[in-house]
Amino acid sequence: MTLLLTFIVAAVGQAVPLLYGATGEILTEKSGNLNLGIPGIMYMGGISGLMGAFLYENATDNPSAFAGVVISLICTVIASALGGLLYCFLTTTLRANQNVVGLALTTFGVGFGNFFGGSLSKLAGGVGQISVATSASGYTNFFPAFMRNIPLVGKILFSYGFLTYLSIVIALIVTWLIVGTGYGLNLLAIGEDPSVADAAGINVTGNKYIATVAGAVIAGLGGLYFVMEYLGGTWSNNGFGDRGWLAIALVILALWKPSNAIWGSLVFGALYVLYIYLPGLNRATSELVKMLPYVVTIIVLVVISKRNKPENQPPASLGKAYFREDR
Amino acid sequence: MSKIARSNKKVIHMVKRSGISPLKAWGIRLIAAVLGLIVAAFVIVGITGVNPLKVYEGIIGGAVGSPRRIWVTVRETVVLLLIAVGLMPAFKMRFWNLGAEGQILAGGIACSALMIYGKSIPAPLLLFLIIVCSALGGMIWGFLPGLFKAIFNTNESLFTLMLNYVAMQLVTFFIVFWENPSGSNSVGIINPSGKEGWFPALFGSDYGLNILIVLIVTVVMTLYMKITKHGYEIAVVGESQNTARYAGINVGKVIIRTMLVSSAVCGLAGAVIVSGASHTISTSTAGGRGFTAIVVAWMANLNPAGMLLVAAFLVFMQQGSIQIASQYGLNENASDIITGILIFFLIGCEFFIRYHLKVVNTEDDKS
Repeated sequence: MTLLLTFIVAAVGQAVPLLYGATGEILTEKSGNLNLGIPGIMYMGGISGLMGAFLYENATDNPSAFAGVVISLICTVIASALGGLLYCFLTTTLRANQNVVGLALTTFGVGFGNFFGGSLSKLAGGVGQISVATSASGYTNFFPAFMRNIPLVGKILFSYGFLTYLSIVIALIVTWLIVGTGYGLNLLAIGEDPSVADAAGINVTGNKYIATVAGAVIAGLGGLYFVMEYLGGTWSNNGFGDRGWLAIALVILALWKPSNAIWGSLVFGALYVLYIYLPGLNRATSELVKMLPYVVTIIVLVVISKRNKPENQPPASLGKAYFREDR
Repeated sequence: MSKIARSNKKVIHMVKRSGISPLKAWGIRLIAAVLGLIVAAFVIVGITGVNPLKVYEGIIGGAVGSPRRIWVTVRETVVLLLIAVGLMPAFKMRFWNLGAEGQILAGGIACSALMIYGKSIPAPLLLFLIIVCSALGGMIWGFLPGLFKAIFNTNESLFTLMLNYVAMQLVTFFIVFWENPSGSNSVGIINPSGKEGWFPALFGSDYGLNILIVLIVTVVMTLYMKITKHGYEIAVVGESQNTARYAGINVGKVIIRTMLVSSAVCGLAGAVIVSGASHTISTSTAGGRGFTAIVVAWMANLNPAGMLLVAAFLVFMQQGSIQIASQYGLNENASDIITGILIFFLIGCEFFIRYHLKVVNTEDDKS
């Protein structure tokens, strides 16, 4: 029973960054932009929040957790927004190829994260690994102790930091935005056929910018969650690993709906840590179990393309640049 | 977005160029590269606080400062070129093979397996088997996305992307069996004493065979694209699948065949990396080259000569930044930042090659 409990808590810990990444990517993809830079943006978001908190804690004698949280949040939002802005400027305004820009942005972002994560404390004249324990403490234990101490439920539902709950709230808001508002309808129109949307008087470029930058910010929060709540305010090079790509895989599993991504992220999170809890695995077979999220995604991808239901497809113009004067 | 600013009577129009001379196009790319270098210099100076000229001196020294470094730069350049050449037919067909990373690893696994289990095979035969099997390994990794694209029109960029990570897990799976010394969780140098399965030295260099293989493959692939019926079919399918169908081309067959060719070359690159350079395998054997090669192929407009130029430039900067990083005690990821900045500039400048901005007087238009 306790094993199952730790398994669920561990799965949630893995699920949160994926949910942020997938929600951001879904919003972006709805506008027709396939932002493969999301893994890089998540690195950038994570390290920028960490850097902000680090510089703040170094500058004051008595750092407060609240100020650390606010500063790191602001830094994360700014850095990820800049990443999204760069992507959108190159692909939408300069009409560069989306795949190429996205992959370059990921290489850049991962390098950016590992570079500053690995050498920030050295650049600041210190030794060892960065640690921002004070700010990170603000990211844990959102609910008061008596709620966390309720048997079973407290551990499963109330033992996380505020970013965990925020991820679900954002996923629901984005779902509502896409399904229930005029803005979402415009976005869908742009994603399906930008020239038709343009003819209907929808501002294609502006909406693409908004969706892409907002998506990047949401994804960046996933990186912040990872360094603050999951790692407890430190950095490990490439520690974030392939989670950014898993988030993009999750978009497919969720059939481009953030509400599906909530349970989908739990499935992926569970698959991600399953090898630790599955009895009878040796080192080799546990590596094979780690393949599962990707294999599941591929199967979903093939099945949805075979069934070819229009509501389960990627946006039709996904990955294509739009130029009004093209035929 | 054809109008950027509607201030007063002046309007900036984006106009698609009907054509541009290669000289002018490369001139624009050169300007972009120089701008990129300047921005990159600012970044390095901002971090290290040293004289920018010293920084570039360090970069040049790092890339070509000694015969050994020159060889490393050449070795990395030809591998990148090989992968880009492999991607060429798929991209020409507008098939987004983002799975070079996985195909390299699949080829690398086949190559390592032969090196480890095939020690007793005579050297020339072993070398031949390594080349053939690594290409086959890549093909296995490329076959499924091609097949499903052909029958269900499954999104190939997402499919190939996911397969990269399946390949990566497969590598960690094999590392468990191949690790040496045991418990190190890494394969270590394979056959360090007998050098079975290593590319032999050629033309007085350890990397002579790497260069020869890449040269042959590049020429063959260029001819394949330019003068064969297959190459023509790829171009037609890439332009319009409907046209291709109307002309009686079996589109599905072309997609699968081209993907097999493309992934075979990427798999071969796995052998060039494992047998020809690192003599080991790890999850970082491909090391992002599969992604960098996409940028290389795309920026050179799938022109092999251009690919060589772009690949050489990027590798030069990468090797140089690694040197800078170690000189100033920074970690080697600095090179990703530098090359990232350069790539952004080079990608962005393509816009000015395809379009030009024209200032139009709106009042004149009315009259």
